[in-house]
Amino acid sequence: MSFHPNDVVRRGRAATIIVCGLMLFLTGAFFRTQILRGQQWVLQSEENRLREVPLPAPRGTILDRKGEIIAENIVGYTVSILGQKEDSLRATMKRLGGLVTLSQPQIDQAVRRYKRAPNRPTVLLSDASFDVISVLEEHRVEFPSLIIQSSPKRFYPDGPSVVSFTGYTGEISEAEMAAPEYQGYKAGQQIGKQGLEKQYESHLRGVEGSRFVEVDARGRVLKEAGARADQVPRGGEVLQTNIDLDLQRYAASLFGDTLQGGVVALDPKTGEVLALYSAPSFDPNRFIGGIPADYWNELRNDPRRPLYNKALQGQYPPGSTWKLVTSIVALEGGIAKMSDHMPIPCTGGMQFGSRYFRCWDKRGHGSVDLTGAISKSCDVYFYQLGLRIGLARFLAGGTSMGFNQKAGIDLPEEKRPRWPETVDYYNRRYGPRNWTNAVTLNLSIGQGENVQTILSMARFYTALATDGTAAKPEIVKGHPERKALYHLSPAEQQELRLALASVVSSSGTANSARIQGVVLAGKTGTAQSGRHVNGVELNHAWFVGFAPADDPKIVVAVMLEYVPFHGTVSAGIASKIIAHYLKVVPISLINTEG
Amino acid sequence: MRRKQAIDVPLIATAILLSLYGIAIVYSAGQTDFPTRVATAYRAQLVWFMVALVGAYFINRASLRLLEWLTTPLYALTIFLLLLILVGFGSGGGTAASVKGWLTIGGVRLGQPAELAKLTVILMLGKVLSASKEPPKSLIDLWKPALVVGVPWLLIMAQPDLGTGIVFVGIFFAMLFWSGISWRLLLLIASPVISLVLAFNTSLWGAWFLLLIALVLWYKPYLAEGVILVAANVIMGVVAPLLWDRLAPYQQNRLLVFLDPSIDPRRSGYHVIQSQVAIGSGGLFGKGFTLGTQKRLAFLPAQHTDFIFSVVGEELGFVGVTLAFALFLSLFLRVVRISERATDAYSSLVAFGLLASWFVHVLVNVGMTLNLMPITGIPLPFFSYGGSFMLASWLAIGILARIAAEGRGRAGMLAI
Repeated sequence: MSFHPNDVVRRGRAATIIVCGLMLFLTGAFFRTQILRGQQWVLQSEENRLREVPLPAPRGTILDRKGEIIAENIVGYTVSILGQKEDSLRATMKRLGGLVTLSQPQIDQAVRRYKRAPNRPTVLLSDASFDVISVLEEHRVEFPSLIIQSSPKRFYPDGPSVVSFTGYTGEISEAEMAAPEYQGYKAGQQIGKQGLEKQYESHLRGVEGSRFVEVDARGRVLKEAGARADQVPRGGEVLQTNIDLDLQRYAASLFGDTLQGGVVALDPKTGEVLALYSAPSFDPNRFIGGIPADYWNELRNDPRRPLYNKALQGQYPPGSTWKLVTSIVALEGGIAKMSDHMPIPCTGGMQFGSRYFRCWDKRGHGSVDLTGAISKSCDVYFYQLGLRIGLARFLAGGTSMGFNQKAGIDLPEEKRPRWPETVDYYNRRYGPRNWTNAVTLNLSIGQGENVQTILSMARFYTALATDGTAAKPEIVKGHPERKALYHLSPAEQQELRLALASVVSSSGTANSARIQGVVLAGKTGTAQSGRHVNGVELNHAWFVGFAPADDPKIVVAVMLEYVPFHGTVSAGIASKIIAHYLKVVPISLINTEG
Repeated sequence: MRRKQAIDVPLIATAILLSLYGIAIVYSAGQTDFPTRVATAYRAQLVWFMVALVGAYFINRASLRLLEWLTTPLYALTIFLLLLILVGFGSGGGTAASVKGWLTIGGVRLGQPAELAKLTVILMLGKVLSASKEPPKSLIDLWKPALVVGVPWLLIMAQPDLGTGIVFVGIFFAMLFWSGISWRLLLLIASPVISLVLAFNTSLWGAWFLLLIALVLWYKPYLAEGVILVAANVIMGVVAPLLWDRLAPYQQNRLLVFLDPSIDPRRSGYHVIQSQVAIGSGGLFGKGFTLGTQKRLAFLPAQHTDFIFSVVGEELGFVGVTLAFALFLSLFLRVVRISERATDAYSSLVAFGLLASWFVHVLVNVGMTLNLMPITGIPLPFFSYGGSFMLASWLAIGILARIAAEGRGRAGMLAI
């Protein structure tokens, strides 16, 4: 080593420069990280430490027209796991399995939820019972990544009676997440799946809040609260409906456990839906927090199809209830007057071409005018009336009254009824010249290529009950809308109503549906269902009517599926509903022998 | 001339401050929300500090001549201990359990011979380099110093302890520099290392090789030297990829992650990312002593050993970092001064070697926390938890105090 002092001092200076330079460089690096870019790292450190636990917002309450509760929220408990990895999630669930029963589907679903939103707590039990919660709370220390919280849970006090229009809520699915209308929704959130819950989702949903828990690197919750201020959830808004809950319950009770079909009750002046029910029904409360597989299978395999909304989705030939449409097209076109008789009197049927068309009553009705034909529901009269109108004009008339359009109710399930718009339909369907005017005969009595929903028929009868304008049915008061279906003179309209009233009078087809002190107007209908039991063909039994006949306050359409009887039974149900609504007593209840 | 022994107050004071600062941070590192055994580590560290002070006192009492006389036996002992580890008396510990750095006999961990090796290699290198009046003038002259460092270096790399290996390289170059070796020769010695690094990019290596040829021609070494040098570079360039394959996967990962931590943020890159988050989120004043969330919630790995400086950054902020740097810098500059004023070449070289050892530790350890250096798992002097290193650092302080006491008066008295 050269140890001359000059050399040493020179090298010492070089060493000093190198040491100072590198230390300065390190200081600069820390300055850059801590001061210049500090904010970015602060965010990352907060992200490390805090986990957002969503606080679901209570959905808006659904009320009936008098303020009675149709849907509300009760306290439920959810159990979630904060997991960092799928393995640790599975391990925790396995250990939890020793304390509470966890089914394989529940575990699989939790893993699916985790994969969809790994940063949110994975919901394991979305509706845990109090027993389960107390067991878990006891063992809290062993499961530091467990989050137990109370959260609002949907409850329908009259579940099965109201599910036809309320629908129900459930966890958002992957397909729904991708849909544009659910933009901004997060995995695991509850949404309306059907009915009002779906239709008014944005109104009912509220704003989800969140609370922040502090976790360590292994996802163990170390501080439950106070890590950062909670964001309080904002509840959804109240939904005021036009439903008369009392009437709804009563209507549901009339169907009992055996009848299947549907009923729609409207206020003819405003289109307010007073009741809407499909039988058999199901309990939406059992759907909350995940539909149990056995219940779901039971509902799906039930031949009476409880999941199918018969009031909105069921499409049935309207039968004799359609004769009013035939009548109106004839009256409006000046083809017939109420007092007109048809050339061929009813002898229980009539020959058309090579076919003999029967009247429902083999005994025949003789020569009747239009009023009598409506009252007795004489098929022979309407065959001739239909022929006189002509197919093209008949189809155009039905189309202009909107029988191939939805009634426009504010529920997502409504199906479009079907009515051929023009003659082309037959040419397309059967080929030109491969069909005869016999189709007109079928159409004129509500058979043939014509299927209507219960709602659609109820809507049509609001026009009959008023001045020929039909109201758009509304469950939630929106903008009442009326549409003129036809233009008849007030006298003609009055005559039609009288004819309908006579249906329910002692001489008509629905005399058992009379109500004490109130004139009920309506029309029965019986359509063949094509299904046979013990050699007897089952019917779809209709009654659509309104009351009081002189100042209608309610329109009721009742349809019973696959029954061995006629529309008279439906008329009985309708009259009870009307009597209940008008607070009067139906005669059939007084005459216990009838 | 025997002078009255004076105490180098700035040196001792800086070292004590650094040690206390370090113990405080070790204490804080144990303050986690889920308590671990680190919680009580500060007590052990405190005990080790006391032991280290006693050790420093005794080594300070020893004459440098005694130390010089003991150098060769100590060096031999070191080699023996390192060999012991390799023949089955080693066990894992620290960040990478796969590094068998602990001398373990009968299941009892006795210490880390690598820490002793740093000290004895410095002493030995000082002895070898001070033996001649002239600095090494050619590559041939370098065989002795190279052997002194090379043997323990190979034994340590076989553990395999990459971090300590880097420190040895640093000590080697620093002491050669201090012996007065010419810059050009230093560059030529360094050339195989540069070749090794550049070998992963063929065109860069090509450019470097051309530059090297030019340097060799300019320097005009002996023919044999020139041939050896060029051959060494070629061999390094060729063996580098082979060497790469020889590395354990975790070592490869560390180097890859050093280039881009985000390639594996959950595993290999995790440490470095979390360390940066901790330091960066500390800001100017930090989150408060013991209050760092990254550390409290166990996001920060090895918070009491390799990544202890991240705790400083997180809890005491840029201010705390600057304070630590200031202490380190004053220690380094003080040691430079001691090296300058040493009475003889041996002590001057030893002082500078000790400086180099600390400096490389600080540079690599602190650089690692910000991903300026690859993760090699070497501790931060006076801070990282660990008895062997605390003791070795304070023995160094004891030796330095002795050198300072025997040194040539105050700076002003240096007549130039």
